[in-house]
Amino acid sequence: MQPGEQRDEVEMLSLMLLIRRFEERASQQYQAQKIGGFCHLYIGQEAVVTGALAAVRDDDYVITAYRDHAHALARGTSADACMAELFGKETGCSRGLGGSMHFFDRKNHMYGGHAIVGAHVPLAVGMAFAIKYRDEDRVTLCFFGDGAINQGSFHEALNLAALYKLPIVFICENNLFAMGTSVKRSTSLKQIIDRAEGYDIPGEIVDGMNFREVRDKVAEIVDSIRKEAHPAFLEVRTYRYRGHSMSDPASYRTKQELEKYRLDDPITRLRAQLTREGKLTNEQFDMLDKRAKETVLAAVKFAEKSPQMPVEEVYDYVYFNGAKE
Amino acid sequence: MREITYRQALNEALAEELERDPNVFLMGEEVAEYHGAYKVSQGLLERFGPRRIIDTPISENGFAGLGIGAAMVGLRPIIEFMTFSFSLVAFDQVVNNAPNMFLMSGGQFNIPITFRGPNGPAHQLAATHSHATENFYASVPGLKVCAPATPRDAKGLLKTAVRDDNPVLVLEAELLYSSKGMVEPPDEELLIPLGKADVKREGSDVSVICYAQTVPLALKVAAQLEEEDISAEIVDLRSIKPLDEKTIFDSVAKTHRVVIVEQDHPFCGVGAEICYRIQKNIFDALDAPILRVSQEDVPMPYNERLEKSVLPNADKLFAAVKQVCYA
Repeated sequence: MQPGEQRDEVEMLSLMLLIRRFEERASQQYQAQKIGGFCHLYIGQEAVVTGALAAVRDDDYVITAYRDHAHALARGTSADACMAELFGKETGCSRGLGGSMHFFDRKNHMYGGHAIVGAHVPLAVGMAFAIKYRDEDRVTLCFFGDGAINQGSFHEALNLAALYKLPIVFICENNLFAMGTSVKRSTSLKQIIDRAEGYDIPGEIVDGMNFREVRDKVAEIVDSIRKEAHPAFLEVRTYRYRGHSMSDPASYRTKQELEKYRLDDPITRLRAQLTREGKLTNEQFDMLDKRAKETVLAAVKFAEKSPQMPVEEVYDYVYFNGAKE
Repeated sequence: MREITYRQALNEALAEELERDPNVFLMGEEVAEYHGAYKVSQGLLERFGPRRIIDTPISENGFAGLGIGAAMVGLRPIIEFMTFSFSLVAFDQVVNNAPNMFLMSGGQFNIPITFRGPNGPAHQLAATHSHATENFYASVPGLKVCAPATPRDAKGLLKTAVRDDNPVLVLEAELLYSSKGMVEPPDEELLIPLGKADVKREGSDVSVICYAQTVPLALKVAAQLEEEDISAEIVDLRSIKPLDEKTIFDSVAKTHRVVIVEQDHPFCGVGAEICYRIQKNIFDALDAPILRVSQEDVPMPYNERLEKSVLPNADKLFAAVKQVCYA
């Protein structure tokens, strides 16, 4: 996509459906024990990453935490490569060596997939540092959850970004819970956005269940950064329908709270907006959804039949010896 | 060849690599305007400017991570820790991010970064500022660790580290910064490969395996041993990881007796690994049990007399050598 050009909204809705169906299928495959380790689902938060990425160029840098399946899919990593990674297969986006929490896709400028809370925020600042060092007009989008804002690495990174005036958008996906601990019980602020103020970084709050609001706000911020490099902070208020990870029944919140957010579903909302404006029919929506489900089912098949890395090859991934693929 | 200090040698290595590759930059606390806490980066700000010689706040985790992120997109950062004792604040970045990224990304992101700075006990800095971190870091797959003892090795290893496509830790030593040694002239490219030990003194009766601050100690003790007709071979590891097993085994096959003198703590220390490898590979060559001289297993005391007593020293090394030689 070219700067300033907006992606087709029907396509973006289609991407949100792909993410939703991918996660549902991942959940099912996890329960069938085809997927190991930890698995954190993004269901409910789809408008955040699709909205943000609809507002940037393909060569901008994207980095996130461990709830990362959607970010890879939104960056253009195939559902096949994502599902194969969950299955630990060699055809996965990290060759089956990273797993759910460590999706990487260099070609599509997806820089992970990082599983220590807050530890990737300094990395994101380093990527933004490199942009400025080379005098490029790229922007780094750094996604993280509300749990990250209480880590030292987060604070150090924000200070460095502000000090060096780096082109980076810190995007806090505030889904109200750091694992099972609510923001109210973890953060000594009335609102998360106040963290940015402490570092003299401009910050804004957006409704993360509204694709258009996220996209337009990110577009505005990125436009400002491209004109003159600076960091910015966006608190995106969203909600995850599932527990923190597959093993979490989410008993720390009420059914009523979950239902309240489900009624505000980001996919339903964008669908309604497009339908109302005559840009999408019910038949078209059903077709998009069917296509998403088919893509994901095909990805499961692909992952199942893909090979695992031969055991002896793992030693080739300890040190890089110059033979770049 | 000309005689320069260890500090000057490191300074030359930095300047030459900054000059050679525009992707190389130096970042750390007080590396620019203050010229480095130990003056290793003297003059670099004036020569290369603030874009490439960058002062940071006191945020080791933050700037170590910044370096790793910059390396992910193609820069080649040199990150200075004012001391490796402070690298512990950045342990997560150095241990979890830098060496894991290559495997974890399925080979998509190697991290060409150099972490450098003084490591190990200096003089009365007490427990928090005296850490010898080599055994911590050498135990992590994906990291390379070297610990030069001479100006020549310091220059050659640092330059190699900067050119390596993986995370490399160059563990310098505060007490060596002002030591002098012969080094090739600046117009002569000096690269010393990682994973190559150096026999600093040939001998026939005992192999003394050492690195960094224990090398001058071993050389001093070797001279004393000469007076007792004990000929000590001094093997300077230079690199802890990768480890030059061949040079070690060749020396042991010749002398049949080994003392390892290391600057870290004894439990799971560098010497423990070397002992294991010697007995596993050339057990029959040994004529005596291997001894180790290291720090004692206590946090570093401030008191000068106590500090001396817990550090490896000439008396301890001398006694250990006599013991393995049954002399």
